Amino acid sequence: MKADEKAVNTGIHFMDGDSACCEGAIAAGCRFVAGYPITPSTEVVELIAQRFPKIGGIFIQMEDEIASSIAISGASWAGAKAMTVTSGPGFSLMMEHIGYAVMTETPCVFVNVQRGGPSTGLPTLPGQQDIMQCRWGSHGDYEVIALSPNSPQECFDLTIQCFNLAEKYRVPVFLMMDECVGHMSERVVIPPADEIEIEPRHYTEQAPGEFSPYNDMEGLVPRTTKAGDGHNILVTGLTHDDRGYPDMSANTHQVLVDRLIKKIRHSADDIIILEEDDVDGADIVVVSYGISSRVATRGVRMAREKGLRVGMLRLVTVWPFPENRIRELADRIEAFVVVEMNQGQIMREVQRCSEGRAQVAGVLNYGGAIHPPEEIYQTIAGVSS
Amino acid sequence: MTESVVTDHTKQETISADQNRVELCEKNPAEDFLRMDRIPHIWCPGCGIGTSVNAFVRALIEAKVDRSKLCVVSGIGCSGRVSGYLNVDAFHTTHGRAIPFATGLKLANPELTVVVYSGDGDLSAIGGNHLVHAARRNIDIKVVCVNNFIYSMTGGQAAPTTPMGTIASTAPYGFCEYALNLPHFVEACGATYIARWTTFHVRQLQKSMQESFAKKGFTFIEVIAPCPTLYGRRNQYRQGVDEMKMFKEVSRREKDIETRDAEIKPGEKIVIGKFVDRERETWLESMQHHYKEVLGDAYYPYTGAMI
Ligand SMILES: Cc1ncc(C[n+]2csc(CCOP(=O)(O)OP(=O)(O)O)c2C)c(N)n1
Ligand code: SF4
Repeated sequence: MKADEKAVNTGIHFMDGDSACCEGAIAAGCRFVAGYPITPSTEVVELIAQRFPKIGGIFIQMEDEIASSIAISGASWAGAKAMTVTSGPGFSLMMEHIGYAVMTETPCVFVNVQRGGPSTGLPTLPGQQDIMQCRWGSHGDYEVIALSPNSPQECFDLTIQCFNLAEKYRVPVFLMMDECVGHMSERVVIPPADEIEIEPRHYTEQAPGEFSPYNDMEGLVPRTTKAGDGHNILVTGLTHDDRGYPDMSANTHQVLVDRLIKKIRHSADDIIILEEDDVDGADIVVVSYGISSRVATRGVRMAREKGLRVGMLRLVTVWPFPENRIRELADRIEAFVVVEMNQGQIMREVQRCSEGRAQVAGVLNYGGAIHPPEEIYQTIAGVSS
Repeated sequence: MTESVVTDHTKQETISADQNRVELCEKNPAEDFLRMDRIPHIWCPGCGIGTSVNAFVRALIEAKVDRSKLCVVSGIGCSGRVSGYLNVDAFHTTHGRAIPFATGLKLANPELTVVVYSGDGDLSAIGGNHLVHAARRNIDIKVVCVNNFIYSMTGGQAAPTTPMGTIASTAPYGFCEYALNLPHFVEACGATYIARWTTFHVRQLQKSMQESFAKKGFTFIEVIAPCPTLYGRRNQYRQGVDEMKMFKEVSRREKDIETRDAEIKPGEKIVIGKFVDRERETWLESMQHHYKEVLGDAYYPYTGAMI
């Protein structure tokens, strides 16, 4: 399916990441956005509020982030592509509805323009401290998909990707931006609508009476329907059988949660996007994502100038985590250097996957400022000696 | 004439011995709207929730609501289980969040008829903020609030509606807060239609429900219902019927009633009836009018957000 020509803002623009995210959502077919203002994400919904009346969409400023995060599930079951946008404190309020969307297999997109935490923390300054929260913040075991753009162009491209993945896997998908990427302006190329590939919702062809939201499988992902199509569906966050009926037994729970996890894990190769630069000949591999990856590139260049064999691995997809790739590399390189604006959330993942076979060092901070490239270079130099 | 009634889930057979033949009667029309394969339900004997559902289903039939476009959304609680027993598009959401879920559903597809069916605690405590703003915005959803004066699902803890002085598991010596006057509250917020009935007043309740379907905008019907297991037992009403007797005795329907007189205190009258019936533009209508006026031809008329 192609994007809607009337809505796509085709052209070469100079825009910030927040605006590019808004344009990406529009191109992806999103016509329902619920949000609550919070720095540094507000610009996304401000632009949505401007653009939507002219393209047939609805923006509603809800009473809080709890409401926003469940309104998008409601809109999604009505058949809309739906999104909410927030930052740290608002994201904390949304946790219960990540689990609800996972359990009910509701396609929807959460955008988090990360700032420094905990609590009100650093409203106007960047952070990458919600990476684990989007993975584990709701109670229970589950898998989600999270992407991390490092430029306004990617804010556009990956927002579309988030919507596409949400439809393909019936799962909430996260665009984990950060304040720097959200507020920096760069060239953004928005292609013509007929060059933008859009994943449609995978609707059932079963007749009313036969169909339930969880029994018409396409691999591990069930086809769906929308409210008003005559299927009399029952959607619940309780553990349910494939009719959607509550069934609170350990066995049904095991079967359900197992599938919810496997539908993502078994498709990791299809989902994961990595950007690699000279990783194959490297002794040291720098792992980074989001805005940190851009300064990390500078640190890598400095190290290469000193003759060190350093590769760069950028996580465009943060979750599911590229476990296999890290394992493979751990067998043949000396060390990983992880650069991120938190106290080692991804660094610990790299440690977990390398299982002691490669050294793992972090260039970490508490958010608030991007790393000086020298610091990254020094850590690289330190592990290599 | 001896008669015995045998019921299976699809038909009722009346066996008439002296005529020695079996007459097949029409099944209860309410059954058609229920997920009979989920019966027996979880509600206790004497519980008022089922009574309200019976009135609701009859109202759907009488009002000829297009069932294929009907969605029932619930939060969490004994009352929150209503959606799951109705054979329509049913959404059992999270505690307190039925209203914002319903807001998304209704705004994304304005052709749907969206009902929120949930408990007093769910809608007015944890979900209180959403109740305020959906009524203020006049989102076109029909709210049925079962008020059993308590948090039943979790074992009878005090709710914002627990009458002052009555016993709850978290108020073992009596609850000492003022109870929320729900009709007064939602009137101030902007609801277009407000009524309160007890489960003793099923016909009036059904009629109000029918009226609310014909109404556009945010409607609110409070159903005072017995919970013998967790409220009644602790407060001198051993069985559901004892609480129903109390409802019968203390309910007052007066002329020109106002919501500010609808506060519920133990041992005092319970004011019932229709309090408010007024017109206001819905959120969608005012959005559409406003944009047409301000943006002119640049406005792209909104018909739904579905892909
Ligand atoms: C976030 C959250 N907090 C608490 C609960 C536990 N809980 C479930 S139902 C309920 C109260 C329900 O009371 P009410 O809405 O009055 O419904 P009733 O059971 O009385 O019909 C509570 C506190 C929950 N499910 N979720
Ligand atoms: S506990 Fe109370 S509200 Fe819940 S089903 Fe039993 S009687 Fe009804």
